[in-house]
Amino acid sequence: MPAPTASFSPDRGYRLNPNVALRPEPFGALAYHFGNRRLSFLKDLALVELVEHLGEHPSAREALATLPAAQHEPTLRALAVLAATDMIVPV
Amino acid sequence: MLVEQFKHGLNAPICLTWEWTYACNLACAHCLSSSGRRDPMELSTDEIKSVIDELQRMQVFYINVGGGEPTVRADFWELLDYAIAHQVGVKFSTNGLRITPERARQLAATDYVDVQISLDGATREVNDAVRGPGSYDMAIRAMENLAEAGFENFKISVVMTRQNVSQLDDFAAIADRYGAQLRITRLRPSGRGADVWDELHPTAEQQLELYDWLVGHGERVLTGDSFFHLNALGSEPIPGLNLCGAGRVVCLIDPVGDVYACPFAIHDAFKAGNVRSPGGFAEVWQSSSLFQELRGEQTGGACRSCSAYDVCQGGCMAAKFFTGLPLDGPDPECVKGHGATALAAVDRAALPPQGTDHSHKGPVRSQPVSLGMPALKVSRPDRFCDESPLAGMEAR
Repeated sequence: MPAPTASFSPDRGYRLNPNVALRPEPFGALAYHFGNRRLSFLKDLALVELVEHLGEHPSAREALATLPAAQHEPTLRALAVLAATDMIVPV
Repeated sequence: MLVEQFKHGLNAPICLTWEWTYACNLACAHCLSSSGRRDPMELSTDEIKSVIDELQRMQVFYINVGGGEPTVRADFWELLDYAIAHQVGVKFSTNGLRITPERARQLAATDYVDVQISLDGATREVNDAVRGPGSYDMAIRAMENLAEAGFENFKISVVMTRQNVSQLDDFAAIADRYGAQLRITRLRPSGRGADVWDELHPTAEQQLELYDWLVGHGERVLTGDSFFHLNALGSEPIPGLNLCGAGRVVCLIDPVGDVYACPFAIHDAFKAGNVRSPGGFAEVWQSSSLFQELRGEQTGGACRSCSAYDVCQGGCMAAKFFTGLPLDGPDPECVKGHGATALAAVDRAALPPQGTDHSHKGPVRSQPVSLGMPALKVSRPDRFCDESPLAGMEAR
């Protein structure tokens, strides 16, 4: 697993990379990047929902508002990994 | 844990192997699918396209195309283009037959296609003993053409045998020479592989050698998740999912449209349905009773009390089946030695017959001649995941 890079900034706006397709799965979703052919897994449904609507929020941090506070840190870490692997991109 | 989720199956396969023809120019001694002659019932161009449409709807993002030798189909390049245009990426396995300099340039210029060249010896002698005279040169020529055309990171796929485990570093060097990535997989007693398994499957010492090599080099080498049965050899698991994906994340469509739980199990016992039936492939994947069963809890049977069960999961279903071992018992190559003990008690005359046989009937130009011993068939009755099933994927 690539380490999250410093380039992810929760205060920036992000969206799902247009080159990435999400396939719904019982546990969450499978994310496939058509550009670099990488497969990733979003391991819970709340994260899938968040990623799908990420682009509608001015920043990643604001997108977290609908989640319980205890989920904020782990979700930010997940987003950082997704950014590092180009699954989500800055708006 | 993601692996736990995988056990219950996905909405569509991650790793779909699809053999487009049983026809092959070679007659490899260990062919999993007993290929050679074209089946008159093989899927037509339009039928293949319609399954591709279905895969696109199911979001199967890439497929592993094989055979037989898939490039001998007259419509191969048309089908390749069709799949890519429908967001179904293709990695195809080939012995190199049609990878001319022109085709190599065409492939290098195409996004979303990957090529896997089969090579079972790092030397001509070892390779040709299994794959037939001329096959080493053909594979190397294809690699030269791909490298020359600038096709980066194509795959070199090696089935590990008693004769080539000692060549692992040489295979890695060949891959480096052509800017390719090495993929090694396990010899299965499937198809014609059943005839040569006794003489070609790695010895216990070689399994350890293989395990150590994989632990040291595994991050750069693809395995098709083939070797999880070796995990009990040490404390460090081999990189990969280490789970039998049959019917859960993996399946096979054969050239006549039959759907099997995995590419190594072309036998009625593992047949889930046919893509020509109403509901097509999706119906088979989602509803077949066989796949439902494979996604249920597995008992582990005799292996459950073994300290290694958590890491080896009882090994490979197909390897057990075709060597006459119970599916809930040990793998024939169980590193704790339970497989060897169980094998000794198997009545060889009662082994399950292999599935469909499309082997060439007459003499073949490139008939392999096995090394070091007369080409006598070990007496076996008739016949039976790349990708990595999950090759290149990242589980997180």
